Amino acid sequence: MDEQLKSELRRQGVVATSLQELYNWGRKSSLWPLNFGLACCAIEMIAATMARYDLARFGAEVFRPSPRQADLMIVAGTVTKKMAPQVVRLYNQMPEPKYVISMGACAISGGPFKQGYNVLKGIDRYIPVDVYIPGCPPRPEALIDAFLMLQRKIDAQYLTGPDRPRHLNSELPSEFAVPAFGAHDLVPTKNSEVWSVPLVNISNAGKNEPGRD
Amino acid sequence: MNLEEIKSQIETNVPGCLLEIIPNGSPSGQHSLLVDPEHGFAVASFLKDGASPRFDFCSNVTGVDWPVKEVSTKTKVKRIVEGVEKDVDEVVKSQTGGYLEVVYHLYSIEQREGPVVLRMRTVDRAEAIHVPSLTPIWRSAEFQEREVYDLFGILFDGHPDLRRLLMWEGFVDHPMRRDYVDPDDYEYEPTAHDEVLKRAQAHRPVQEGGL
Repeated sequence: MDEQLKSELRRQGVVATSLQELYNWGRKSSLWPLNFGLACCAIEMIAATMARYDLARFGAEVFRPSPRQADLMIVAGTVTKKMAPQVVRLYNQMPEPKYVISMGACAISGGPFKQGYNVLKGIDRYIPVDVYIPGCPPRPEALIDAFLMLQRKIDAQYLTGPDRPRHLNSELPSEFAVPAFGAHDLVPTKNSEVWSVPLVNISNAGKNEPGRD
Repeated sequence: MNLEEIKSQIETNVPGCLLEIIPNGSPSGQHSLLVDPEHGFAVASFLKDGASPRFDFCSNVTGVDWPVKEVSTKTKVKRIVEGVEKDVDEVVKSQTGGYLEVVYHLYSIEQREGPVVLRMRTVDRAEAIHVPSLTPIWRSAEFQEREVYDLFGILFDGHPDLRRLLMWEGFVDHPMRRDYVDPDDYEYEPTAHDEVLKRAQAHRPVQEGGL
């Protein structure tokens, strides 16, 4: 339907919409995050829900303590290798449609602990992530921005067709393999269905930089 | 408070114990007291209950790994070379290290004294890695001894619940040991440099894409 005609009708008191718009509007306006935090980013997440930043304005005030009742997982903080299987298991227990916000440097890539022996190099190695928030920790505004970004993403989803999201396509998986504790590392170290090595040119790294030979 | 005084107090009250003051050359001058593991528990319980001041608080437990290290020292020796007496540098090689160490920092809350630094050494780094647990004396050592066990592999005899703390059961390495080899998962390093860059390039010698 023509946008101009729609707004014209709106002024006359007639609301014209499509089922897709209505469906997406309903879902994006009542995202229920899972109530869990892993490290200092969780403090910022908590601050974002309190009176000053008031995440409730965007329909996300109900933090659910059970994965069965949650739509959104905010991975807020350092994911240690010991915690990673539990995070993946919680994600698997959430019903579709479900979304993941990876909050902070650690949840994205391991952050300052990337070369550490007990920290996972990013939760996106095991579960699909919708929105990444950089920062150490990100401010509550950044979390709100990520929220709005996720809402825009939900708003643009189709109900039918080949581009329809995962929860409307029974051929795509809704659960992902839980890594096991190995003798030296998690087994496997990544889920190649979810994560592949990003394309980065490191061949010139370390050259032609001031202060280097 | 003087460490020498505490040492003589311990020596008169715990017969047979071997103590050694390890000097600290830095400006802090925080010397430490090396205790033999056989008498470690007796020395610690004396410090907790009998000593003056009483050390009622153990603030910190740490592990240190001392791998075997070859040290060569140069000394000038007079030798007769070709019929003439000359000063010749003689290099003497010796080995140090080859043990694990636990360090306890003790304070007296009562007398506001401290810290007294206690050290205990294991015999080697492979088999004889036992030291007595001081958890029965200072409860605050419980989790820290577990952490030292987890990261250094030191076994604390008498610990009530010696399990790994940061790593999982079934993990075989001790990550804070000097000879720990970390998993080689350097396939993606966004800002690789130095050692990390070398390892990342070993994974993907020619990185595709890029600038």
